[in-house]
Amino acid sequence: MSADTRQDLNSSRAPMSQKAQQVTPSGSDAAGYIGGLVSVNIDGKDHKVPLGTTILEAARQVGIKIPTLCHHPDLCVAGVCRMCVVEVENQRALQAACAYPVTAPLKVKTHTAKVRQARRHVIDLLLSTHYGECYSCKRNNNCELQTLAQEHGVDFYRFGHVTESQYPIDRSSYSVIRDPDKCVLCRRCVRTCIDVQEVGVLEAVGRSDKTRIGTYLDKPLGDVVCINCGQCINRCPTGALHANDASDEVWRAIDDPKKHVVIQTAPSPRAGIGECFGLEPGTPMTYQMNTALKLCGFNKVFDTNFSADLTIIEEGTELLMRLYKALVKNEPVALPQFTSCSPGWVKYLEHFYPEYIPNLSSAKSPQQMFGAVIKTYYAKLNNIDPKDIVTVALMPCSAKKFECNRPEMDSSGFKDVDYGLTTRELAQMIKEAGINLPDMPKGEFDDPFGTATGSGVIFGATGGVMEAALRTVIELVTGAKVESLFENANIAPVRGFDGVRYVELPLPEVAPDVIPLLAHLIPSWDFLKGATLKVAVAHGTANAKKVMENIKAGGQFSQCHFIEFMACPGGCIGGGGQPIPTSPEIRKARARAIYEEDAACEVRKSHENPAVLKLYGDFFTDGPCGHLSHKLLHTHYTARGKFIG
Amino acid sequence: MLVGQQQRLQDDIRALVERFGRKRSALIPVLQELQNAHTTISDFAMQVVADELSIHPAEVYGVTSFYAFLRQESRGRFVFRLCGTISCELSGKSRVARQLENDLGIRFGETTADGRFGLEWASCLGMCDQGPALLVNDRVYTGVTPEHVHAIIDECKSTFGAHAREAVHS
Repeated sequence: MSADTRQDLNSSRAPMSQKAQQVTPSGSDAAGYIGGLVSVNIDGKDHKVPLGTTILEAARQVGIKIPTLCHHPDLCVAGVCRMCVVEVENQRALQAACAYPVTAPLKVKTHTAKVRQARRHVIDLLLSTHYGECYSCKRNNNCELQTLAQEHGVDFYRFGHVTESQYPIDRSSYSVIRDPDKCVLCRRCVRTCIDVQEVGVLEAVGRSDKTRIGTYLDKPLGDVVCINCGQCINRCPTGALHANDASDEVWRAIDDPKKHVVIQTAPSPRAGIGECFGLEPGTPMTYQMNTALKLCGFNKVFDTNFSADLTIIEEGTELLMRLYKALVKNEPVALPQFTSCSPGWVKYLEHFYPEYIPNLSSAKSPQQMFGAVIKTYYAKLNNIDPKDIVTVALMPCSAKKFECNRPEMDSSGFKDVDYGLTTRELAQMIKEAGINLPDMPKGEFDDPFGTATGSGVIFGATGGVMEAALRTVIELVTGAKVESLFENANIAPVRGFDGVRYVELPLPEVAPDVIPLLAHLIPSWDFLKGATLKVAVAHGTANAKKVMENIKAGGQFSQCHFIEFMACPGGCIGGGGQPIPTSPEIRKARARAIYEEDAACEVRKSHENPAVLKLYGDFFTDGPCGHLSHKLLHTHYTARGKFIG
Repeated sequence: MLVGQQQRLQDDIRALVERFGRKRSALIPVLQELQNAHTTISDFAMQVVADELSIHPAEVYGVTSFYAFLRQESRGRFVFRLCGTISCELSGKSRVARQLENDLGIRFGETTADGRFGLEWASCLGMCDQGPALLVNDRVYTGVTPEHVHAIIDECKSTFGAHAREAVHS
């Protein structure tokens, strides 16, 4: 288990024996370090590992690869698939390397005849109930079962092969499609849903050969408390879970000459899409993608970062107004304010903490704001009938597909965003168009929304929304440059991958004047003089749950003013629509790409984005949180509750 | 489900949770006791149990669907489980089985229309030296003969309904 998804040892459902292996104490006297080093001999290589290290981990350290299937670096040990069996000297039975902690000197052999045969049988047995063939599978060429079969020389079905579908495909969800016929029962999705996300929708149901991965009472996914985060998709080794692909509809819109198809691209897919074309994780493809999208046939390519900046202005204004109401007017206001950019988190709150809906910022997410602006301002500007505009959003996210289908997201009279595409789906579309993305020349975003700031870019990483908001709020309120407080305007305390982060920012001085954009809302900043801004960041809904429980109990986080929540571990860069696989290292690489793009931006603060300021000057003339902005850029939420009817 | 019933179920579950603790490990005892009292573990009950133990309904469903003795739909107030293994077969299980089917008027795997009796096979009950063995709810009868069957059914009838003498099971 990696640091960013590691659970409090007492709260995870995994039994003690399956907890993340205790590895690498920082020194020989580190707390909890009881065993010293134990020597292992793996395939003749001598190695010393800390007590409790698994054979799998020890083998990786000496460069020996043991095949795995149910193992995942983000998840607790399950030991159910038996792919990683090895021979341990003086042990009669084969042992699962992923679940065997080294507690005494061991001699291990990883590929004896017995081991190879056992592994081959495991694969043969899995294939005997694995319905379907690879060509029509979403995960063709990116499937761990397929790779294992290939690596282990499977050339016939030793134990037969099912010829009829055993389970129907569940297409009830806007976001996640389940095809249980392709399931290998590795329970990665179960561990993800319960341990990493604390949503608990998926669980192994039934017993023996009737075991299947099911929801509560085997209800369709669309009817249970699924938050659509898609983390299960990202960890599924096969094609049993995949996103609800909208690429056919998007192609149809592109092919229709009457339709004006615009696409907005979020920052995280650009940092991830290169992986689908064989590039190293963390290779940004922003500008190559612009060219490729035009070649695919999109009429305009816009930058979601523009509406991320717009979100910061709206959400930041909302926060300042809440503080103003609370501190000056003594009105009852819901504080802390929660971010609303992550649709997975929004649905999580609607299900599990509906009583906190007033705390949720009413600002739409950048995706939806952009959709609304395109179908109103952009349509008017270019004299296009909004009904002929098709807005597509490239997102790292499966929950965005649900979000764009929310019935309330049509304040312009048209559906804000017509289709949400994931990074994987767009990569497939680009390949289908015969384009090799890395070879593309660089292209620019289209006007009038071409200019974006570094603040918008970092929305993709956990802590990014908070950092963007702080850059703006600090400058507006104190009048000082962020650079004078934080080196290079990098607000380091909110960055990183710790599950929950808490930061206090004193505001010793305030600016003498309120900028014209907000002057009609707040007369002066004096009420914030000497105040301390308390903010927090949480990513992964298991961490969000910790913060929410703390707030409920009146703890430290209930004193916060603003909290950023992201449903996915690592934020959007680790989203459910991102290329598979995702691991802690890959998330770090993608985050690095995003922060580098931010550092390279000329304008790095949302309130300095000229295109946003122009939009307020030309269109949202009554300012942030004004009447028109409320109509188009803000939304409301539904208290769903967690009872499954 | 009526609101009154729901309330009663909720109160029962809360009492059980108080008794066994709010731990994950309390799940099976809570479900067992709940089933003893209500004969089934209903859809609603699973969600209340999950809520009380701070786990997810899907987990409770996973456990309920795993164990044959935990049920979502009623198999009857008295569930007769006849040991179906070879040593009971050798000591005359088949005749007992026929007698049970005749007396209850149902086949194995069925429940009487009044919902009182259910009949099913059990895997080994561990009474191989004293077969045939019969489990009625949680009471084991050994060395059962066709003659005994009538008495056992009668005993159940006398503890149920208007003329109940005592609650035998629970």
